Amino acid sequence: MMGDAMAQISIARKLEDFRLPNIEALASYRESILAERDPNRTVIIVCHGTGCIANGSPKVAGALRKSIAAAGLTAKVIPEIKTTGCHGFCSRGPLVILQPSGLFYQKVKEGDAEEIVKTTLLEGKPIERLLYADPRTGELIPHDHEIPFYKYQHRIVLRNIGKIDPADIRDTIAAGGYQALALALTSMTPDEVIAAVEDAGLRGRGGAGFPTGRKWRLAVENARKNPGPVYVVGNGDEGDPGAFMDRTLMEGDPHAVLEGMLLGAYALGASQGYIYVRMEYPLAVRHLSIAIEQARALGLLGKTILGSGFNFDIQINRGAGAFVCGEETALIASLEGRVGEPVPRPPYPAERGLWGRPTIINNVETWGTVPQIIEKGAKWYANIGVPHSTGTKIFSLVGKVNNVGLVEVPMGITLGRIVEEIGGGVPGQDRFKAVQTGGPSGGCIPYELKDTPVDFDSLTAVGAMMGSGGMIVMDQQDCMVDVARYFLRFLEEESCGKCLPCRLGLKSMLEFLDKFAQGQGSPQDIDDLHSLARAIMKGSLCALGGTSPNPVLTTIKYFKDEYLAHVVDHKCPGGVCKDLITYSIDPEICNGCGVCARTCPQGCISGERKKLHTIDPTACIRCGMCMDECPVGAVLVA
Amino acid sequence: MSAKQAKKGKEAKKAKKEKDDGLLRFTINGQAVQAREGWTVLETARQHGIHIPTLCFHPAVQPIGSCRLCVVEIQKNGRSQVVASCITPVQENVQVLTHSEEVENVRRWVLEMLLANCPASRQIRELAKAHGVTSTRFKVEHPEDACPRCGLCVRACDEVVGVRGISLGNRGIFKEVTAPYHQKSKDCIKCGTCLYVCPTGAMEHLFPQVSAL
Repeated sequence: MMGDAMAQISIARKLEDFRLPNIEALASYRESILAERDPNRTVIIVCHGTGCIANGSPKVAGALRKSIAAAGLTAKVIPEIKTTGCHGFCSRGPLVILQPSGLFYQKVKEGDAEEIVKTTLLEGKPIERLLYADPRTGELIPHDHEIPFYKYQHRIVLRNIGKIDPADIRDTIAAGGYQALALALTSMTPDEVIAAVEDAGLRGRGGAGFPTGRKWRLAVENARKNPGPVYVVGNGDEGDPGAFMDRTLMEGDPHAVLEGMLLGAYALGASQGYIYVRMEYPLAVRHLSIAIEQARALGLLGKTILGSGFNFDIQINRGAGAFVCGEETALIASLEGRVGEPVPRPPYPAERGLWGRPTIINNVETWGTVPQIIEKGAKWYANIGVPHSTGTKIFSLVGKVNNVGLVEVPMGITLGRIVEEIGGGVPGQDRFKAVQTGGPSGGCIPYELKDTPVDFDSLTAVGAMMGSGGMIVMDQQDCMVDVARYFLRFLEEESCGKCLPCRLGLKSMLEFLDKFAQGQGSPQDIDDLHSLARAIMKGSLCALGGTSPNPVLTTIKYFKDEYLAHVVDHKCPGGVCKDLITYSIDPEICNGCGVCARTCPQGCISGERKKLHTIDPTACIRCGMCMDECPVGAVLVA
Repeated sequence: MSAKQAKKGKEAKKAKKEKDDGLLRFTINGQAVQAREGWTVLETARQHGIHIPTLCFHPAVQPIGSCRLCVVEIQKNGRSQVVASCITPVQENVQVLTHSEEVENVRRWVLEMLLANCPASRQIRELAKAHGVTSTRFKVEHPEDACPRCGLCVRACDEVVGVRGISLGNRGIFKEVTAPYHQKSKDCIKCGTCLYVCPTGAMEHLFPQVSAL
């Protein structure tokens, strides 16, 4: 992947000779790295985020290396090939970007390497077929910073991702990594670090939006009252379906997380930290491990960091895949080796956390934001976003949207702008139907509320939530009853089962929804489901259960007509619920090509060549394959 | 000194005295109650003879707030919160409501779901009836099941007996009272504590499945 394991170790070994004895050494080390680099040298960046790797980017990088070697370039002009973390524009991968020009190639295949070297590197001409074309106008956009997907973003946490090689600490240091740590160690007291985070107005990026500075302050006060060891914890147990913010940060810029935790540890006086990452993120675990190894080698972790009296080290703990372990008390239980089940708060971890000691536990995205606040100042950060939700937030924009990927935007931007300007709108339709924010226990916000500002309080006000930043776009072909069912099924599986409203409630809400999806039930049942949802919201022990009714409550609130269509008219307006739909072929449009008949797994479509085909509704299993395959759009669903 | 001032001074003196006795004062259903620091709302209510229904609570073991039947509404500074009274420490100057609409809604739904999931339990049927819940609209999948998975048996075996012969296995809707690796527990000393504390009578059926003796 990012060079082989041996190379990583050799970087770490080489660094050992460079253990930085003091702050000045960090500065001169950075200068020496920058001096070695020729700013005019072409750097070919090949995205090695998980999405691009799955699409074959390691093969692209390999082919580029081969083609460059075969082209016989002289030593002075050999371009550097850099493998980086995720650029965010995952639907267009694998991505190749040429620096310093910023020429942006998308959907690059192994076979394109030779042409890139010949046409672009040697002749200096762009390859049109690899450029990004605006899906609406068809206009070709050659450079990354001009593409709407990137143009409207404000990248603070993600600023280095896609530019640095996460497996080489020298890249991070060249890009300004560990400068905030140096600043804090030389010119700030722990109290001033906390004050900066407080003044910046930073709120936790994990979902609940608790003010980070206040959390730190509470932990410090509790530690003073009750002297002894204290801890900092990074929560990287991201489990929402369709969310990959934390993953991208840990994979693409692991040092930002480490530096944030170093600053938190300095503020609290902790000497041990833990990062809890899910095992399903092997690349994140790998890059964090490499980053920790290299930071230790340079003396940025461990004893007497940069010659100061500050000692701190970080250990990685891998989660076994339970969604509920993202809840802080369950995470701490899991870290301690107990069953990953939440315990009631208070006491909050800031008072009694890991091993019963004051603990600062923050989402990794929150940690990744802290160094920027320390480096550029609380005022700078507080000026971004809106008054009660400052700064930027990363969202994973997925679902029925043209530009699927990861976006970082200032808080307070409207939902509509994210979906339409950055996301490029819904494919084939002029508007979205709803956006589910906040993961499975978030809420569905309808198109009518597209001007809702995306910040903690506005989202809560419409019944949704910020959550960790998942954003799933839905179009007219999505059924809201089915959407609520989908998220509830996920939560039913992930409920730990400790408290009854969550363990039995999710199952019981699903019983209602299953009935509706079959066209059974009555309008009274919809009201009863609402009442049950409220009982679960009020009665559950932790936030998983407490927020689990959100998909039900918001879809009933904004799409009640759709629920009524199911139970009263026995129709599914989205054409999704299998018991309520029938497929037919429009005789006006069908050209008798026979594709549907060949595709149908039931063999229940018949018709002569070049004549109208018909579907036998008694044998049809409503899989919808005929509709997907019909070249003229003659298959209808109602 | 005017009479008004004298009254004020007396009140302040009384308030000071109240503060010094170390008791926390608040109301439950409008009734003034006192509690020691560290008491739970449930303990305080029981001390004052105020009934709050429970299932997974037993005074001999640590409460965990699993069944949520003991939920109460706590109002403070115009804000209201529904919490499990068995694990919520008392606070000064709050109003506790043990039977508000929001609280009863939680209890009724929990009981209706329990009727479907623990249909074999006479105790649950009686408790439900006391709250006006006599039937359930939810599917009864296991007619012989009486166990609400509250884990009171497991906690008693650990905390009171000190044996840890049984445990809770699996999670979510698959949660079960079992012994490690689904092997009948050889650690069990057959003391019967689990049978005694079980609030639903489920342990009578479960005991032969988890104990090797």
